[in-house]
Amino acid sequence: MRRLTQLGTALGFFAVAAMAFAGGPLEGVTEKQATNWHAIIMFCLFVMMTMGITYWASSRTKSTADFYTAGGGITGFQNGLAIAGDYMSAATLLGLTAMVYGQGYDGYIYMLAFFAGWPIILFLMAERLRNLGKFTFSDITAYRLDQGKVRTMAAISSLTVVCFYLIAQMVGAGQLIKLLFGLEYNVAIFAVGILMMVYVTFGGMVATTWVQIIKACMLLCGGTLVMFLAFSQFGFSFQTLLEKATAVHKLGPKLMYPGSLLADPVTAISLGLGLMFGTAGLPHILMRFFTVTDAKEARKSVLYASGFVAYFFNVIFLMGLCGIIIVGQNPEFFEGGVLGGKLIGGGNMVAMHLSKAVGGDMLLGFLAAVAFATILAVVSGLALAGASAISHDLYARVIKKGTATETAEIRVSKIATICLGFVAIILGILFEKQNIAFMVGLAFGVAAAANFPVLILSMYWKGLTTRGALFGGYGGLVSAVLFVLFSKSVWVDVLHNAAPLFPYTQPALFAMPIAFLLAYIFSKTDSSVRAGLEIEAFEDQYVRAQTGYGAASASNH
Amino acid sequence: MSSAMYERMRANPKFQELVTRRGRFAWTLAIVVLTMFYGFVMVVAFNPTALGQPVAEGSMLTVGVAVELFMFIFFWSLTAVYVKRANSEFDALTQEVVKEAWKENK
Repeated sequence: MRRLTQLGTALGFFAVAAMAFAGGPLEGVTEKQATNWHAIIMFCLFVMMTMGITYWASSRTKSTADFYTAGGGITGFQNGLAIAGDYMSAATLLGLTAMVYGQGYDGYIYMLAFFAGWPIILFLMAERLRNLGKFTFSDITAYRLDQGKVRTMAAISSLTVVCFYLIAQMVGAGQLIKLLFGLEYNVAIFAVGILMMVYVTFGGMVATTWVQIIKACMLLCGGTLVMFLAFSQFGFSFQTLLEKATAVHKLGPKLMYPGSLLADPVTAISLGLGLMFGTAGLPHILMRFFTVTDAKEARKSVLYASGFVAYFFNVIFLMGLCGIIIVGQNPEFFEGGVLGGKLIGGGNMVAMHLSKAVGGDMLLGFLAAVAFATILAVVSGLALAGASAISHDLYARVIKKGTATETAEIRVSKIATICLGFVAIILGILFEKQNIAFMVGLAFGVAAAANFPVLILSMYWKGLTTRGALFGGYGGLVSAVLFVLFSKSVWVDVLHNAAPLFPYTQPALFAMPIAFLLAYIFSKTDSSVRAGLEIEAFEDQYVRAQTGYGAASASNH
Repeated sequence: MSSAMYERMRANPKFQELVTRRGRFAWTLAIVVLTMFYGFVMVVAFNPTALGQPVAEGSMLTVGVAVELFMFIFFWSLTAVYVKRANSEFDALTQEVVKEAWKENK
C-alpha cells in the first residue's frame, strides 16, 4: 500500500513531493476500479484531436530544425504554455492536492519551492541558452570545447535523466490509469508508449509542443472549474473555508503551521537546491528554449510559464483545502463509508473525488482524461529530448563528426524514439512492483549535479576547459547516483540494508559542490595548448551569448 | 559570424555598457529572489511557529500563507519587470551594438 502511495506520487515532475509522501498518512489501494466511460470517451476525444494535430505537424516536419525545435517558430506565449504543461504534471494535480488535504500548509511550502526556480532561470540563463543553443543543451557546453568528448558526456547524463524519469512516469501512468479508467496495467503502459511514439516520430517538436499546449489549457480550465465550484460552497470566503477546515481536520489549528517535512535544515536546503537547479538541468525543459524565435521570446515564455504555474499552484492550494471539508466529510468517498478511514482509490484521489462531488461524473471524467493526457504529454517531451541526445549529439556530432545529412539524422532520431518507446514500455512493466519514488529524485539529482554545473560554467566561466568539463560532468553524475544509491530510499527501502550509508535523502547539496569543484580544479590545472585555445574562444562566445549575433534563427515556413 | 564582428562588438563601449547594466540588473533580482526564498526556508526550518500566527486577531489568515502568497506575486512581478526592461531597453542597445559593428564592416 505504502508502495502505491509512492508510485502514485512519483508520477510526475517533482521528486521531493513524492518522497515526502512516502510514509506520510496517505494510503493507496491497488485494486482496479470500475471502467469509467466518461473518462475514456473524453480521453479518446483528446487523442483524436492530438492525432489530427500530429497529422498536420507531420507535413511541416521536414528538416532537423523542424523535428527538434519546431523550426524555432513557436511564440513566447505558446512556449510558455508548453513549459507550464511540462511543469504541471499529474503529480502536481493529484499529489499536491492530496498533500494540502493531508498536511495543509506544508503543501503550499512545497509549491513555492517548485516555483522559485523559474525567476532564477530567467535572470541568469534564458537568454544565453537561446543565444548559444541550437537543438540540445550540449550545443552550449560543447560550443568551444571538444565536441566528441563533451557531447558524449552530455548525452550520457541526458539519457540517464530521461530514463529514470521515463520509468517513474510509465509506472505512475500504469497505476493511475488502472485507478482512473479501470484498464489493465499493461494495457495502459502500451497505450502510453505507443501514442507517445506516434506523436514524436510523426510530428516531432511541433506535435509535442501542441499536445503540451492543449493539455496545459485543459489542466488550467479543469482545475479552475473544480476550484470555483468547490470554493463557491464557502461563499468564496477564505476565512470561512479555513474556519471549517481547521475545525474538522485531524491536525486542527496545526493545519496551517509548517509540519515536519522541512524540519531538518540540511534537507530543506538540499531540497531547495535540487528543485531549483535540477529544473535548470532537465534536458526536455532546456530544449524548450530553442523552440522560440529569439531571446526576446525566450524571456516571454518564462514570464508566461511562471505566471501559469504560480496561478495553478494557488488553485491547487484552494482545491486541497476545500477537499478537507467536501471530500473529507463525505462518507461516500471512504472505503466502507467510514469517515477518516481510507479514501476510495487511495490518498492521491482527493482531486478526483472533489471533482465528482462538485461536478458529477462528467467533471470527474474530464479531470481523469486531463491526468492521462498530462502523462502522455510529459512522456512525449522526454522521449524527444532523449532521441535528440542520441541522434543530434551521438550520431551526427560524435559518430559522423558533423557529416551526416539531415535526412539521415532525422531517420536516426525517429528510430531512437521508437527504441526509447519500447525501452519505456519494457521498463514500465519490469518496474511495476518496484519502489520507484527515488527515480524522480535521481533524475533531479543527476540534472542538478551533472548537467547544470557544466552548463552554467560553460556560459559564465572563461576558464572552463574540456578536461574540467569532463571531470565536473562525470563527477557530478557518479556522485549524484551514488548519494541516492546509499541513501535511505534505495540502500534501506529497496536493497533492504540495515542503515543508510549516506544520511540524507537529497543529493544536491553535496553532489553539486563536488561537480563544481572538480570542474574548477581540472580546468585550472589544464595547461595544454588546447585548453589555451578554449579559454581564448570564450571571448567570442561571450559576445554571442550577450548579443545573440550569430544565434540559430527561426526557419521560414 | 566572423570573429572580426565579435571583436568589433567587444570593442564598442556600448557593449560594455549593455553587459554591465544588464548583468547588474539580473544579478540584483536573482539575489533578491534567492535571499527571500532561502530566508523563508530557514524560517520554516528553525522557527516554524512564527508562520502559523494569524495576521490579525481573529483572522484565519496566517503569516505563513500571507508571506507565501506575497512571494508568488512578487517573484512573478520581478520576472515581468525583467522581461519588460530586457525586451525594450537592453534589446535596443543590443541592436545598436550589432548595427554599428555591421557598419564598420562595410
